Amino acid sequence: MTQTSVEDEFSRSETAGAQTTTLLLQTRRLSKDFGGVHAVAEVDFRLHRGELRCLIGPNGAGKSTFFKMLSGQLHPSKGTIFFDGKDITGEPRHKIARLGMGIKNQVPSVWDGLSVYEHFWIGAHRRVGARAARTVAEGLLTELGLETVARREVGALAHGERQWVEIGMVVAQQPKLILLDEPTAGMAADEVERTVDLLRAINFNASLVVVEHDMQFIKMIGGIVTVFHQGRILIEGAMESVLDSRVVREVYLGSGHARG
Amino acid sequence: MAPARLSVPELLLWAAGAIGIALLPPILSTFQVVQITIFLIFCLLAVSLDLSWGLAGLLSFGQAAFFGIGGYAYAILGINNVTTSASVVAAAAAGGTAAAMVGYIAFYGRLSAMFLAVMTLTITLILLQVMGSTADPSYRIGSAVIGGYNGMTNIPSLVLDPRGFFWTVGGLLVGIVAMGRLIMITSFGRVLAAIRENEQRVELLGYDARWRKLVIFSLSGAIAALAGALFASWGNFINPEVFSLAQSAQVVIWVLVGGRGSLYGAVIGALLVQAMTQYLGSIGTAYTSLALGGLLVMFVLLLRNGLLPAISRGILAIGMRKA
Amino acid sequence: MSHASSLSTRVHNALLTMAHLLATFIGVAFAIASLVLLSLGLAIIYGMMGVINLAQGEFIMLGAYTVVFSSAHGVNLWIGMALAPIVVGTVGLLVERCIIRFLYGRLLDTMLATWGLSLVLIAAVTLILGPSTEGVATPLSHIAIGSYAVAGYNLFVIASAAASVAFTWYLFKYTEFGLLARGAMQNAEMVAALGIHPPTIYMVTFAFGSALAGLAGAIMAPLTGVVPSLGLAFVAKVFITVTVGGAAIFTGTLSAGTLLGAIESAVSFVSTPIYGQVAMLACALVVLRIAPQGISGLWRRRG
Repeated sequence: MTQTSVEDEFSRSETAGAQTTTLLLQTRRLSKDFGGVHAVAEVDFRLHRGELRCLIGPNGAGKSTFFKMLSGQLHPSKGTIFFDGKDITGEPRHKIARLGMGIKNQVPSVWDGLSVYEHFWIGAHRRVGARAARTVAEGLLTELGLETVARREVGALAHGERQWVEIGMVVAQQPKLILLDEPTAGMAADEVERTVDLLRAINFNASLVVVEHDMQFIKMIGGIVTVFHQGRILIEGAMESVLDSRVVREVYLGSGHARG
Repeated sequence: MAPARLSVPELLLWAAGAIGIALLPPILSTFQVVQITIFLIFCLLAVSLDLSWGLAGLLSFGQAAFFGIGGYAYAILGINNVTTSASVVAAAAAGGTAAAMVGYIAFYGRLSAMFLAVMTLTITLILLQVMGSTADPSYRIGSAVIGGYNGMTNIPSLVLDPRGFFWTVGGLLVGIVAMGRLIMITSFGRVLAAIRENEQRVELLGYDARWRKLVIFSLSGAIAALAGALFASWGNFINPEVFSLAQSAQVVIWVLVGGRGSLYGAVIGALLVQAMTQYLGSIGTAYTSLALGGLLVMFVLLLRNGLLPAISRGILAIGMRKA
Repeated sequence: MSHASSLSTRVHNALLTMAHLLATFIGVAFAIASLVLLSLGLAIIYGMMGVINLAQGEFIMLGAYTVVFSSAHGVNLWIGMALAPIVVGTVGLLVERCIIRFLYGRLLDTMLATWGLSLVLIAAVTLILGPSTEGVATPLSHIAIGSYAVAGYNLFVIASAAASVAFTWYLFKYTEFGLLARGAMQNAEMVAALGIHPPTIYMVTFAFGSALAGLAGAIMAPLTGVVPSLGLAFVAKVFITVTVGGAAIFTGTLSAGTLLGAIESAVSFVSTPIYGQVAMLACALVVLRIAPQGISGLWRRRG
């Protein structure tokens, strides 16, 4: 189980200059145990500013648990997390969010009784105050094509729209890093395409780490891919080499299918 | 859910309420004025719970505890010759402080909603027993004898004239409903509404939910205590019955029946259920408990959101058919 | 001569102290045992089903009334006590079918509905059986330990509590029903896939928890005046115990019962029973501030 040096990959990718000063997120030996289960084990993860990283791996590989530790929803059993130069291990979730981290959880997490507009407004308000929040909210409504449902209660919206509302709300807080846990789950093909464009647009202002199972989505995104397996990072590298890798095939399809 | 902005009809409603309060006493007999005053006091108590439960999703089974604390605080201070207006303010502060203490333990300890509900109920029941055990005359604060289950009498009135008291209570009710609605449309109120729907999501956006919940819960306790002080002043009497299970249940039933979240639902629920309770009370208190309990079970099972939302949806449906 | 008498004096004093200690120990054990006995039913219902039944106090009350009613009609006291769990278990069954089963997953709604039920039950008993205090005589005479008299009935209560815990523990750990109930608690879908109907298991579990409450009420009946509001006196203690105990039914209830029972009896001994309850509440708040999941949370270490 090798971990390709991220720097090597970076010299070939579009994001230039992989010095440690542009390191936005770093974990050292990050672990989470539940009883006897090692959900995440000794993960050393590095992310640079401006990256759009994909995180893949079978179910139960520890990706969501990893995200929850980064965002402060779970306390790590061991290890440290550095975000934007600060040690955020064990910090409360609202403090981590204030430092510039946003997360879209796997299960759509919105406020059913509030309108779409209010979601974006509340997302933006903490940073920019009431008046500017209005502008940000209206801008997001246009960008996400949700003007027609602006005043509707989110509880009444379709699943795909709810996902976008949550993404929009997270974007509204203008974070430096956004973690997205299966943003296209349950979406139709055209919605997936729109999401890819959306994420690329968001990537201009924020670094992204996306957990996904949809291979089409990952191929559209491109970039560096990190593969999780049984709580550890199995392999990391450019999308093509990772998806071709024998080790990854074994993990996903079983050893009978692996070809050298 | 309640609208997030004030509309003209709503402002007109406040004006109508204020005018109604002003004009009623001259038309009614003194007895009727006194009767309606106690109804209004209970409306205020219901509104206090709706601010905590309807807006922020914090269900307290022990609103009666803060009500009773306010009543007893006012009584003790009043009997000890503290000016009645100062006593009322102090009573509200006492309720707010008690709520703040409970709230601090619950919210900063990140204890569950169930904990808040069960603990506030438990505190109420224990207060019932503690206050009931103070029958011996040696239980006194200054010149105020607590009096156990017999309660405290000769509590001074805030306003001697029944009409004047009616206007005071009515004015406070309209004012506090207006204040509550104004809070609901500020960013503080909207974030609380979001906390009610999904607290984790709110914190992941950088808002600290804990102090916000503490503030609204303390405010709710202070208003309940204010109602308690007004209650003690109304009858010039208070006893541990204010801490009874029936009293605690009634507050919840008023808000449940009327509909959570709009403050107006709480007022309507309090008025309707109080009217029913008054009627049944003339038959027997057991029948009152029976009816209240039955109402509670029925509404939880069948009309969970209360009457006001059901009625307004009905009106909307009729309106749409016409259009 | 003086040497011999000082030896016998010392032995005499030692025996007195031992008797005193034993009597005190039994007193504390009684407080703990009654708390555990009263709380076990709710611990089952809450631990296995996650339901907070605010009418649990009224189930206890109904158990007490079963004994009072049957005694008044000439039925032997002990038979009356055996009847109580059957009567109250049936009531619990009806309650589950008519109210609880519509509210699974809705914790606060369950609390509200059972609270309403509590009011209804108290009112119903008041209207049917009258509001005055009833009572039954305490059976079993006093047992002498040195110069201390220990109520034989208190020993019976301690024994009953131990027997109930042991029986319930055996039931859930070693019988098929217990296995299915625990399985349904962890994963209802799996149990359904095995051909067992989870709603039936919930119904039986709730009825069992109610029956336990009825039994507890019956056993406590000779020790207290039985009134329709009897449940209210117990509900505060029972809820504090179950909340402090946490989700682990047996270890939680036993440890919480021990801690809170000891504190209650200690403070009650020094002052009044009411301050005993206040001390219990204060202790509970402290414990919950430290361990929000209750005592069971301390050795589970989640997240």
